[in-house]
Amino acid sequence: MDLLTHAFTFLYQIGDAFSFLVLSACGLAVVFGMMGVINLAHGELIMCGAYVTAASTRAGLPLPLGILAGALAAGAVGMVMERLVIRHLYGRPLDTIVATWGISLAATQGTLILLGSSMPGIGTPLGSFTVGGYSYSTYRVVLMVAAVAVLAGLYLAFNATRFGTLARATIQVPHMAEALGVDTRTVYALTFGLGAALAGLAGGLYAPTMTIVPTMGTTFIMEAFVTVVVGGADIFLGTAPAALVLGTVRALLTTWQGQLFGQIGLLVAVILVIRVLPRGISGLILRERA
Amino acid sequence: MAVTLAMTLLRRLEGPQTLGRGPAFWTAFALVVAAAIAYPWFADGYTVGNTAYFFCWVFMALGLCLIWGYGGALSFGQTAFFGLSGYAYGVLTLNVGAAYGFTLAALVLAVALSAVMAALLGYFLFFGRIGGVFLGIITLSVTLALERFMAQTAGPEWKIGAARLNGYNGMSGMPPLTVPWFDGDVVLFPDVALYYGLLALLIVVYLALRILVNARFGNVLVAIRENPERAEMLGYDVRRYQLAAFVIGSALAGLSGTLYTAWGQYITPSSMGLTAAALPVIWVAVGGRGDLTATLIGTLLVLGGFQALTIYGSQYALVVMGLLLVVVVLAAPDGLVVAGLRGLGRLRRRETGR
Repeated sequence: MDLLTHAFTFLYQIGDAFSFLVLSACGLAVVFGMMGVINLAHGELIMCGAYVTAASTRAGLPLPLGILAGALAAGAVGMVMERLVIRHLYGRPLDTIVATWGISLAATQGTLILLGSSMPGIGTPLGSFTVGGYSYSTYRVVLMVAAVAVLAGLYLAFNATRFGTLARATIQVPHMAEALGVDTRTVYALTFGLGAALAGLAGGLYAPTMTIVPTMGTTFIMEAFVTVVVGGADIFLGTAPAALVLGTVRALLTTWQGQLFGQIGLLVAVILVIRVLPRGISGLILRERA
Repeated sequence: MAVTLAMTLLRRLEGPQTLGRGPAFWTAFALVVAAAIAYPWFADGYTVGNTAYFFCWVFMALGLCLIWGYGGALSFGQTAFFGLSGYAYGVLTLNVGAAYGFTLAALVLAVALSAVMAALLGYFLFFGRIGGVFLGIITLSVTLALERFMAQTAGPEWKIGAARLNGYNGMSGMPPLTVPWFDGDVVLFPDVALYYGLLALLIVVYLALRILVNARFGNVLVAIRENPERAEMLGYDVRRYQLAAFVIGSALAGLSGTLYTAWGQYITPSSMGLTAAALPVIWVAVGGRGDLTATLIGTLLVLGGFQALTIYGSQYALVVMGLLLVVVVLAAPDGLVVAGLRGLGRLRRRETGR
């Protein structure tokens, strides 16, 4: 294997880790950054998206539409969750996290009871391509593009739409926004729904690459959480750079010692980083700027 | 002399940080202890061993109550220490054996290991001023990472001395706790002997924690929970107090793990998984995180309820537990036992016409 192939493999792995971290964390980051709420049932919303995508694709829908259906379904579930539970717990972040954990437990076990221990998966589409004698999955490249597209889409949604302006106003000074006629409850509900839909999108996108089981949410949440913790409260200045840094760490360690050490190294890196940067990367960038 | 000593001790057991004081409470306490001592005479060995199994878990719940309820720092990763100590006990006893009371030394070492790891992790968390939701996430991630690590240790290369880690199937075959005695060792099988041992340990830990939270340490801890900035302005090093509470609570989780491993003579990685990590949070939240007694009662009730549910339909037990947690957080954030006690108090006040 010559140097160029090495370099390509390494970049491919960083890209793969980056897209996984961005896609699994962005929904969580939107909800946390905008509302200060950590949703421990995030993994179950991802699971919901994956199930709907797999089911609708097996029912004959083309995969992109299936993924869209998964995102919409998870978004709808999220809105219901917000209405029934989260709404009553604003201003009590620790209670929210505990309550969403209860939802997570009930949802995992409920899915197991209703739908059985696993669901027939859908194969990874698009085949593979070859560089320097090694083959790589094309679908993984699609995932990388999707991750960048999601970030760009979120940037536009929060900076170029009316909803984005209202959401940012609500986040900055809630009572002032309310006084100016913004329906803050609806804004919170929509933001939570958006976060849930992004979780569903992540589940839908990764559904063709993994086995679909009720506990699949746990595969995502640890990575999602640490990305948000390292990133801090801002999606663009936090989550994206954090995903890049952590993705590189994980790719390095995975190449060196295997997948498990990639995950554990990730966690150790996170604990070291927060000792130095308690408010995450976005906290650092915003402080430098201020 | 003895009376004054007893009075001083009793005074230290009561205070603003615990519910239950005065002769009525301590009479009830004595009655409950007497009932618990008499209980094995009326039940068969299996049921008694099962009750001892409940006792194993209570230490972890009391530790979480100290960290979360009194210290205001929500740790989701107490099971990491539970598993760590459990595995440590297994590795130590499988290598050295149970002679000369080594199992007791292994118990102490395993708990000490958890305390050291908690101090290390806690240093990064509390001295990095990680608070609120992030603390929960990091600690949860730690326990999940430990579970993943232990789950992949199936191969023969994963062994410490004579002890194979055995991956997802977990370790088994370690000796139960053995107390050296004049006429031969007393082996604490999950039976009446272990029940009495755990009951004594539980009473000691419960009373010691009551003294701790009603002492200066507990008062400062509650002050930090109520308002960290104010506590800091008053000159208290918030980080040290929270770290100390975290270490004590985690050592108690380690104690639970060791006792559990010794009780069933096995430990598996799933004891550190997401579901296992949720259970202590459920016990403490349902009982009432703000009070040791409420946590103690709540934990035993929820454990009993969970086991009863498991018998009738094991698959529904977790759904019920999850929904119970949501309902408690929404409807009785201070916990069901605390809410119940308050209701009783109100009723009594109304009757006495005060």
